[in-house]
Amino acid sequence: MITDPGLFLNTVVAGLLLGGFYTAVALGLSIAFGQLDIVNIAHPAFIIIGSYFAYLFGSQYGFDPVLTGIAMTPVFFVLGIVVYRVYYASFERTGQESLSGLAFFFGLMFIIEVTLILIYGVDYRLVPAPYIGVNWKIGVVDVPLRMAIPFAVSMLMTIGLFFYLSKTFIGRAILAVSQDRQALQLMGADPVKIKQVAFGLALATASIAGALLIIIGPVEPSINREYIGRAFAIVVLGGMGSITGTVLAAFILGIAESFILTYASPSWAPAVAFGILLFTLAVRPSGILGRQS
Amino acid sequence: MALAILRRLAGAAAVLTALAVAIPALTSSPALAQQKPIKVGFSMALTGPLGAGGKSALIAMEIWRDDVNAKGGLLGRPVEFVYYDDQTNPAKVPPIYTKLLEVDGVDLVVSSYGTNVIVPAMPIVMRKKMVFPSLFGLAVNDEFKYDRYFQIMPAGPAPKEDWSRGFFELAKSKGLKTVALAAADAEFAQNAADGARKNAKAMGFEIVYDKSYPPPTTDFAPIIRAIQATNPDVVYVGSYPPDSAGMVKAANEIGLKTKLFGGGMVGLQFAAIQKNLGPMLNGIVNYDFWVPAPTLNFPGIEAFLTKYQKKAADAGVDPLGHYLPPWAYAYLEVLGQAVQATKSLDQDKLAQHMRTATYNTIVGPVKFGSNGEWASTRALMVQFRDLKANDLEQFNKAGSRVVLYPDSVKSGELVFPYRQ
Repeated sequence: MITDPGLFLNTVVAGLLLGGFYTAVALGLSIAFGQLDIVNIAHPAFIIIGSYFAYLFGSQYGFDPVLTGIAMTPVFFVLGIVVYRVYYASFERTGQESLSGLAFFFGLMFIIEVTLILIYGVDYRLVPAPYIGVNWKIGVVDVPLRMAIPFAVSMLMTIGLFFYLSKTFIGRAILAVSQDRQALQLMGADPVKIKQVAFGLALATASIAGALLIIIGPVEPSINREYIGRAFAIVVLGGMGSITGTVLAAFILGIAESFILTYASPSWAPAVAFGILLFTLAVRPSGILGRQS
Repeated sequence: MALAILRRLAGAAAVLTALAVAIPALTSSPALAQQKPIKVGFSMALTGPLGAGGKSALIAMEIWRDDVNAKGGLLGRPVEFVYYDDQTNPAKVPPIYTKLLEVDGVDLVVSSYGTNVIVPAMPIVMRKKMVFPSLFGLAVNDEFKYDRYFQIMPAGPAPKEDWSRGFFELAKSKGLKTVALAAADAEFAQNAADGARKNAKAMGFEIVYDKSYPPPTTDFAPIIRAIQATNPDVVYVGSYPPDSAGMVKAANEIGLKTKLFGGGMVGLQFAAIQKNLGPMLNGIVNYDFWVPAPTLNFPGIEAFLTKYQKKAADAGVDPLGHYLPPWAYAYLEVLGQAVQATKSLDQDKLAQHMRTATYNTIVGPVKFGSNGEWASTRALMVQFRDLKANDLEQFNKAGSRVVLYPDSVKSGELVFPYRQ
């Protein structure tokens, strides 16, 4: 089995596709946690809200989930600004963001779950889309569109965000606020306003990631918990706040998971993923592309 | 003037007379209203991974309660529920049953939905020697051997093996030789896989793939490819709803080639997943417990489903209710019939009755064996057939799921192979 080149290639491709989706899940957290030091444990819960919007517009009006995810990004952006303002006023301004802030986002996660349960119930929700179930065969390699579309959308979103952060004034200010808040203040920029824009961007990615999640499989309100560990592991492995590092880490985890599922015992997949994280942190504490202090 | 007063007095008298007649009629059983209610206590998975099933079970249980109360209650007393959400969290279950029995003072207890939340209730219930009707626990009593445990799911006297016996008997009848087993790393799926492994070995199959996967798996394509690489005749999967959907989608996308595919996939019985997967389900042979088929049309089931489907639409749970709700109604039917037959809430008498009697329920006649499981198996193997995309109503009709096993309720023959 291990010598079959077709199986090997398929395993690599499946890992890349999975890594692409994991990038979308971790991207917002990379900004919030990696660059802004905000332990937004509720990020996967916001992703589930994105899934439910895709479900709502897909089941009621037949809208494509990806288009819904993109169309809802301004709503999530504003939601992010509101959440950050509350977080800032309640915790960050008074310097209580470490433990109280964590509790805030933990509570927010439960509120989101319960709200979704009250509105939609606890049944699994899925969306129809013409590409779900369709497979492209390229030589010996299978490319299921159910995974390929999330991969492509995630990569486009990542590239867009990368250029926004590196080429625009606000993007650079976001990177600056994560490195030296005081220096940014001296340059005449308001760090709080910059951070609220950054947090808005982080949540805007959740809208698209949620749409991608419901394309891949069914969702229910508490499924967000499955992604908390993975998303944080990717951000830390990538090197806190580095977009390129996040992409690399997501691919490493995706490919590792794919190889374990195919060639070894699937039960080991989470242990190997976190094993890679621990090993990397042991030899490179700042993550793959993190700045060495 | 006097005439007007007389006329008003006559009017008032007429109203009072009408009220005197109407009030007893409105409270159809005044004695029932005055009686101390019989409290039935339970925890239920209303949120968490099994929340969808648990909520639909609760609707069915409330229909039973209302039906019983409309007929005068049990022993002339109204039935009342005391229940708490266990969040599908085993750790929440022991304190809930302790509270039900020690603080709420319930007269009867029944279980939550699912093996993982039934097991933690057992020590509490056993200590108080309560009769414990159970809803969809797989092989729970194998370890406890409690003589007051009565399980409504028709797995059979050897639940682990009986659960998949039909699947492997079908495979054997077609002369198939090799088997791949894939199961989720969780109590129910592992129990089901244990039984499948024993059946496969006992019937002489060669197991060419036997692995577990962690429940938060996102993409199942690598597992399906690894299975395909071993080229098995039979693929048996023990999975939970999101995994089942992922497995079926991956099998269709990759074009899994095998002769028999399915077995113990939870979720393929749920309307939302059925509707979404549609034609991807065609040819899969999977377990079920009740489907619309002429051989399973027991008295009361249609009336129950009509009531359930009306309520389910508002509650946002499984709109068809074929899988769990009839059994949630039936396990209370059994308990209620035992109470009426013994004219008692005495747990010794109830247990004695439940060990020996046969109960007529909406899921057919129920008789328990010595270990509290059904005396003989009626775990169905059904095959999905001729399904179209995005059509929920097709699952309400006979023929969309053909019963292949057991012979006593068979409604058609296996269409074979799954895909070559």
